[in-house]
Amino acid sequence: MKILVCISNVPDTTTKVKFKEGDSLFDDSGVQWIINPWDELALTRAMELKEDAGNSVNEICVIHVGGASADATLRKALAIGADKAVRIDACPADAYHVAGQIAEYLKENPFDIIFSGIESSDYNGSSVGAMIAEFMDYPGISSVTSVNLDDDDIQVNRAIPGGKQVLKTETPFVAVVQKGIAMEPRIPSMRGIMMARKKPLEVKPAAELEVLTESIKFELPQEKGACKMIDSESAEQLVDLLKNEAKVL
Amino acid sequence: MNFEFTEEQLMIRDAARDFAQRELLPGVIERDEKAIYPTDQVKKLGELGFLGMLVGLDYDGGGMDTISYVLAMEEISKIDSSVSVIMSVNNSLVCWGVEKYGTEEQKQKYLKQMARGEKIGAFLLSEPEAGSDATSQRTTAVDMGDHYLLNGTKNWITSGKTASTYIVIAQTKPELKHRGINALIVEADSEGISVGPHENKMGMRASDTHSVMFNNVKVPKENLLGEEGFGFKFAMKSLEGGRIGIASQALGIASGAYELALKYAQERKTFGKEIINHQAIAFKLADMATEIEAARFFCLKAAWLKDQGKPYGHASAMAKLYAAETAMKVTTEAVQIHGGYGYVKEYHVERLMRDAKLTQIYEGTSEIQKIVISRGLVD
Repeated sequence: MKILVCISNVPDTTTKVKFKEGDSLFDDSGVQWIINPWDELALTRAMELKEDAGNSVNEICVIHVGGASADATLRKALAIGADKAVRIDACPADAYHVAGQIAEYLKENPFDIIFSGIESSDYNGSSVGAMIAEFMDYPGISSVTSVNLDDDDIQVNRAIPGGKQVLKTETPFVAVVQKGIAMEPRIPSMRGIMMARKKPLEVKPAAELEVLTESIKFELPQEKGACKMIDSESAEQLVDLLKNEAKVL
Repeated sequence: MNFEFTEEQLMIRDAARDFAQRELLPGVIERDEKAIYPTDQVKKLGELGFLGMLVGLDYDGGGMDTISYVLAMEEISKIDSSVSVIMSVNNSLVCWGVEKYGTEEQKQKYLKQMARGEKIGAFLLSEPEAGSDATSQRTTAVDMGDHYLLNGTKNWITSGKTASTYIVIAQTKPELKHRGINALIVEADSEGISVGPHENKMGMRASDTHSVMFNNVKVPKENLLGEEGFGFKFAMKSLEGGRIGIASQALGIASGAYELALKYAQERKTFGKEIINHQAIAFKLADMATEIEAARFFCLKAAWLKDQGKPYGHASAMAKLYAAETAMKVTTEAVQIHGGYGYVKEYHVERLMRDAKLTQIYEGTSEIQKIVISRGLVD
């Protein structure tokens, strides 16, 4: 059984976000890139499934659509334990474009399970996994919090408001995973980092696909106002400020 | 000259940073206060390969270069020096010596387990009356034909109780003075070994520092490291590399304290503005940042020389001296910037200040480093 984990290359959460070219493009100069946190959890769960001797998972591949700046991120995924990495050499335009590129790869290179993070922490699209399922005509399950394999019996839990839903499915399928799919992301070991050198990182040319949207402009959220700290024992002062200064009471 | 790290080196730095934040930060204050040995943390450190990161892949190590080691030591020491000292001793004093000078049998038997972090190593040089003056070894290893008979006491031994494998420096031929000293691999559970109580230290309180006593301990002849009489040179060579580890530890303590002080200075307000906007505080931070950067260059230069196979003893002594003095100065200033909050445990900087003091003392005091450096000037 083979698992494909979709990887987004996102700026570290401490990045100071700036835009360029009339605020139409993210300025990535000096950015520290990391694996999208939900994708990192997906990779961790894929590793756990492979390490469980009771499962038949024998290959984990990570895939990314984007430029060479993602290679370090992909090599980290290899250091964590993925067997191979694929980068589709395209400038990702939107979720439809990214999903289409991954689907084109899947048509030539079938996998049994496709993991996609529920969203990327940069553009926040939350669409790639579902679109892959649609392109491939695979079952697509959203908000997945656990995937368990028992031979052909595949059980998937998904989060619903106030509870969970338990589903059965068959391969191939797409799981759009969220928090809970794994406890915490893995830290690559020293040996893993050394072994990553020898693992394949294939760069594939992009497929000719239509781009449906065009980004016009980005805007940053308004800066937060000044914050006043009120001592926890000064409730009266807090009420006074809310009433007379903020005028919200 | 290239000031950029490789992708792998950055990955190792990030792995060490993640490990320190995730595994070491929780509970670090309690472990320090109650002097609790970081058993689980050291186990995980071993599983990730940090305890043997300098050992070659053939002996189950990480096969990393010394620059990566400096980066990892800095990150781990920012949070918990009690853990990083265990990592430093295991890597650069014990594993390095066995890998460099040990026989193939010794490497198979002892090095692999230590490189995997399954067993911890300790380096036994200091004695009650032989600290900085390592030539005055009172511990004896008498040649009994098929074995050495070990007697004496070693002091201030990091991992003294936890270690399974000791490297013991002992005098075999007193008439030859330091040329009669041997280095022996001794199994810690050998008959005749007893371990003293945990030293109640000022800093790095969670690492287990003990005296170790040898009373007629039989050590097989095949456990001799290097040639007969090589022990003193072996110890000095080991310490040359050890100093890179401790210099990096001091660097980490300094940069950890600096980062906390910088953050605090941007949050804490006095007289209507953040204290970083008061020149008295801003200039302190500027000095701290500059001196830390200089210490980092010293550490990386020594590491680079070692990786290139060039002599590095002089550079590692400079790195150890400068980084330790910087750690003491920067942590003291970090406490000052925090004011009263710096004097209480929750804010970490008082612990870092206590930890910093040890870096000026162990693996060669600052004064000993100056002897090494000054002798190197005229050699």
